[in-house]
Amino acid sequence: MINRRSWQGWVLVGPALLVTLVLFAAPMVMVILTSLYRRTGGTTNRTLSLDNYLRLATDATIHQALLNSLEVVGLTVIFSTLVAYPLAYIIAFRVPAKWQALVLLLTVVPFWTSYVVRSYSWLLVLAKNGVINQTLQSWNLIGEPLTLANTRFATVLAFVHFFVMVSTLTIYASLRQIPRNLPLAARDLGASPFYVFARVTLPLSIPGVTVGAFLTFVLAIGDYITPQIVGGGNELLLPQLLMLQVSRRGDFPLAAAMALVLLVIVAAVYAVSAKNLTLERKR
Amino acid sequence: MHKTRNMVSMATLSAAALLLASCAGGTDAEPSSNSTGASSDAPQELNALVWCDHTDPELLAPFEEANNVTVNVRDYEGTGVALGILEQSQPGDWDVFVIDSVDVPRVAEAGLLAPLNKSDFDFDQFFDEVKLPEIHELDGELYAVPEKFGYNTVAFNGANVDAEKMRDLSFLWDPELAGKIAIYDYYIPVMEFVGLELGIEPQNITVDDLPAIEARLAELKTQSAQVGDVVSTQTALATGEVDVIVGGGEFSTSVLNAENPDLDWILPAQGGIRWQQAIGVLAGSEKQDLATKFVQYIVSAEGQAALATSSCYWGMPANKNATLSDEQKNILRWDEQAGFIANSYPYYIPDADLDAAMLDVWTRVVVG
Repeated sequence: MINRRSWQGWVLVGPALLVTLVLFAAPMVMVILTSLYRRTGGTTNRTLSLDNYLRLATDATIHQALLNSLEVVGLTVIFSTLVAYPLAYIIAFRVPAKWQALVLLLTVVPFWTSYVVRSYSWLLVLAKNGVINQTLQSWNLIGEPLTLANTRFATVLAFVHFFVMVSTLTIYASLRQIPRNLPLAARDLGASPFYVFARVTLPLSIPGVTVGAFLTFVLAIGDYITPQIVGGGNELLLPQLLMLQVSRRGDFPLAAAMALVLLVIVAAVYAVSAKNLTLERKR
Repeated sequence: MHKTRNMVSMATLSAAALLLASCAGGTDAEPSSNSTGASSDAPQELNALVWCDHTDPELLAPFEEANNVTVNVRDYEGTGVALGILEQSQPGDWDVFVIDSVDVPRVAEAGLLAPLNKSDFDFDQFFDEVKLPEIHELDGELYAVPEKFGYNTVAFNGANVDAEKMRDLSFLWDPELAGKIAIYDYYIPVMEFVGLELGIEPQNITVDDLPAIEARLAELKTQSAQVGDVVSTQTALATGEVDVIVGGGEFSTSVLNAENPDLDWILPAQGGIRWQQAIGVLAGSEKQDLATKFVQYIVSAEGQAALATSSCYWGMPANKNATLSDEQKNILRWDEQAGFIANSYPYYIPDADLDAAMLDVWTRVVVG
């Protein structure tokens, strides 16, 4: 009986396992292998070595690109959460239940447009003759147009716009799981609204905040398009440096090593936040 | 409670959908099919590794219709990338290769290009300056034919910048242009262009020259508002975000001329970098005849006109008989080419070590 159930389990899991092996494990092995090759003399030397990793460990330019990435993504996570939390809170507790589905849908609507189109749209909004500068100039608030596009500010702003809905949805899911009688009980015991929020609602919604922050981090740390289009290439983030190796020199081995660094960073962030990466309410 | 669970599920599903949507825009490793101009039951396909100007349906459709073939194109930037793609492909995956002319010798030496029959092409139709048999031939065998050329120099908005001042390359470093410059992000021609300002001709650049070029490039970077690819820099110029593209040229502005005639380009007194493309047949192709026919079409008068005015970027056709209108010739500055060629330096590809050193310099300057 146990063997039969075990066999049935393998049959059920088999397709997913096969897909994972073919589409994830095998490519991952290839990426790891490629990262151990070297690009020398215009060709790929397939002798295994740690040269690319040695370079990653010692090259100040790569360190700077990584630092740029972490700073930009860190700011994105912070501001996304700060914007998303009040929005999720209002939807969860202030919007009537019958309208919540519609409001949630509306929060997702902006994501139905192309990512690249949204990036270029931000460029047009932030440009010297874009909407913001033209408005400020027409109100005589500024003389010369502000430099908003092609800056780190622009990259973070676009990232926050793109990813704030992810955090909104996860925080909302977490807030909705809080039993309504807990804050009511706290209020009944004399706690102020702020105290209820700080000691009851916020701690219980931390899993949603963590999941949203983690997803935002994962999506932003590997993003190439937004810093390239909106940031104007004025500073290189690690994905841009990676693409430079591929698109200009065909240095796939070094690019593979950089990609693995990004993967390790994501894994490390996962490890740190793993205990809160659930939308299930803890007992 | 049940309703709450539904809401939570919806939120979770929405988040998952967003993730999937975000992850759905990856790059395509395979040749992309040009969907126009070929019937769905086309018996033959031709796979071409090309610069983006060859992806224009206006260019491909006449050949596809005439030969009942689908041309699948994969565009790339930089020979290194193309060689990387070829390395990862099987012989026969690719039939046609569009390549910088200066790279033809090393690619031919590597055995990647098939010899072409010289009698299949009318060399009298090419401009003398672009025939370059020393590049396109190896041991007397023809491996690629010239198809298009142009300049990495300066493109600018004539409404905001004095064209006469732009004739001096050093003007790019003038405080007057601070914050008004975009730098094309192909490091080799741009660094060679900066080298010209220092009096170093591209073919003479060595590792010893790189510190001086790096310092001058860093000064230029402080002047710039943007470092970007062709499309990004074009967009910045067209929208008024910048007034000058360093490393730009006719490929930056010609396609925009109809919308804004003030967008122009110039070759400074110190000169510019002349790029040139060639097209050949890959040795591993199992469709040598069809591939050769495609090459013949591309360098024909009709193909050259379409290629010169491709929607991706314009450039001078190698074929002087290209069927261009007077207006198109005017935009390409057809009549001034003799002077431009005389005052420009062929795009010089450094060896692998110098190439790596140049990319290191570039990333140090751009990383921020």
